[in-house]
Amino acid sequence: MATHHSKSYQFRKDREGGWQRLEALVLAAEKSGIRSLSAKDAFEMPHLYRSALSGLSVARAISLDRNLVDYLENLTTRAYLLFYGHQRPAGQAFIHLMRYSVPNAVRAIRLELTVSTAVFLAGVLVAFFLVLGSPDWFFTFVSPEMANGRQPGATAEQLANVLYQRDGTADGLDIFATFLFTHNARVGLLAFALGFALGVPTLWLLFSNGATLGAMFALYHDKSLGMELGGWLIIHGTTEILAILLCGAAGLAIARHYVFPGRLSRMEALAHHGKQAALVAFGCITMFLVAGLLEGFGRQLITSDLARYIIGLAFLAMWGLYFASRWPAPDEDGTEGAR
Amino acid sequence: MSIKKLASTERQMREILTPEGVTLKVELAQTGDRAGAVLIDLLLLFVGMILGALGIGLTTGFAGLGRFGIILILLLLFLFRNFYFMFFELKWQGQTPGKRRLGLKVIDRFGRPLSSEAIFARNMMREIEIFLPMGIIFSGSATGVSGIMQLFALIWALVLVFLPTMNRDHLRAGDLVAGTLVVREPRVKLAADMLSGAEDEEKSAYSFTVGQLELYGIYELQMLEDLLRNQSLEAAAKRQTAGQTIIRKIDWPDRVTHGRMDAFLQAYYNALRKHLEGKLLMGTRKENKFDKDVGGRKN
Repeated sequence: MATHHSKSYQFRKDREGGWQRLEALVLAAEKSGIRSLSAKDAFEMPHLYRSALSGLSVARAISLDRNLVDYLENLTTRAYLLFYGHQRPAGQAFIHLMRYSVPNAVRAIRLELTVSTAVFLAGVLVAFFLVLGSPDWFFTFVSPEMANGRQPGATAEQLANVLYQRDGTADGLDIFATFLFTHNARVGLLAFALGFALGVPTLWLLFSNGATLGAMFALYHDKSLGMELGGWLIIHGTTEILAILLCGAAGLAIARHYVFPGRLSRMEALAHHGKQAALVAFGCITMFLVAGLLEGFGRQLITSDLARYIIGLAFLAMWGLYFASRWPAPDEDGTEGAR
Repeated sequence: MSIKKLASTERQMREILTPEGVTLKVELAQTGDRAGAVLIDLLLLFVGMILGALGIGLTTGFAGLGRFGIILILLLLFLFRNFYFMFFELKWQGQTPGKRRLGLKVIDRFGRPLSSEAIFARNMMREIEIFLPMGIIFSGSATGVSGIMQLFALIWALVLVFLPTMNRDHLRAGDLVAGTLVVREPRVKLAADMLSGAEDEEKSAYSFTVGQLELYGIYELQMLEDLLRNQSLEAAAKRQTAGQTIIRKIDWPDRVTHGRMDAFLQAYYNALRKHLEGKLLMGTRKENKFDKDVGGRKN
């Protein structure tokens, strides 16, 4: 009679070979990557994995051998991590990110982008008309260190000098460029990070940055230098302001989907929409880099207003095309499954 | 019941549902381990930055390209800062040098494959979790905000830094938005089946009645399993006391000598396991000795 062998013992005896084979494959794949397996092994492994997984279900139900259950648990988890870990090579992943994921993510936050743009413009308009009405308002919106001599009472000559770099400070321009890059990127990232605080500080940050711009415009407009300031700003401003608006929009998206998670749980909503928002912010880092280069080099080297406007608007059009482009994305490894 | 509780106090386990529909248990990484891993990574990152900057500085310095060198250095720092974590997590399936050293790994919290987007997203957030607070502390006005706004930003940045200590899954902001979880890498240990060894030689030496096997449940069985597997000296001593307790409890009529105790326990383990597994097949789980006979209730 075979009764002296329990069912769980027999079960283990029958399946043990497959588990050990899987263990050997998992070990090899962990050491030198799943791509290093031979075609035969790679073909065999998913079968072994599934059978070990079903073995685990059975073992949980019928076996009281704790070591066996623990072992299967560990083995299947390791195999699971191999199969469902990240597979795409780093370079390809990056290309995929820039080509598909970032534009897609930007399109996903259109609504928030509208809101952040509106708030920013409101800041510009409010400050513009307040300062135009009474120059005393100027320092409410612009900090003295940022104003850097550009303030009410300055002559048109002084104001214009800043725009065309006539004072020979262009020497340090390339260092300046990257400094500005870090500065403005921080404003954008802060706008994004503060989205976690349910978005209110993000709105405030957007408004106050808009107000700084508006106040500056009022100052120059008063001296009939509005167009010239426009050229000075637009060459990098289209890129930079767009990036700030996008960062703010990404922050708002996080806040919105946390407060109103819809059909998903809060955590799932945050994971899904937060990922989109983070990808937008990542795209913005690249934009800040471009803006920093434009500001540091382009603006100092190109002093013609017309050329400045053309470059600025060309970049705006380029970003627009990039974000609007819908390439048919290849199958992403399950990211869209969360919908 | 008690097993679950015990396990959760020793190590924090989380369940993830695989696409195949089976739940797997993963062990959560400790906050301390994660902090250690990030410190190792930051150290490597800074060393890399310094060496890279020195290398570029020296070569361009000798070539007389001063300003060009500074731009290159700034670009290099930018690349290091933004792509160090992303690069390794993409390449090593959710591990960085620091994580590998401490045996940690990033997985998808909902059991799906770990996507490259999730890796980009969770590491992009480091920018606001590590570098932004640093920026605010070391160069306050350079953040473009001032006064009350700066204080607010600092408080908020600190909240983000300490977020992992404030939730039960130790999620940082990057994990929240990317839907990821950092777990300990599982390690495999396969021991022989306890039923296999002593099975044949000892099968008839001891036989137990059903009444003697009804006294214990799964929890006690697995405690006994741990004792029998343990090769240490103190476990041998514990086996003696455990054996005496069992003998008393089940009214074992014969004397069991000191040297025969292991064989006796092994035989009792075999019988108990077969008994409990037999009941398991009939749909009855007796969790521990306090669990009253559920099978009886059914009849």
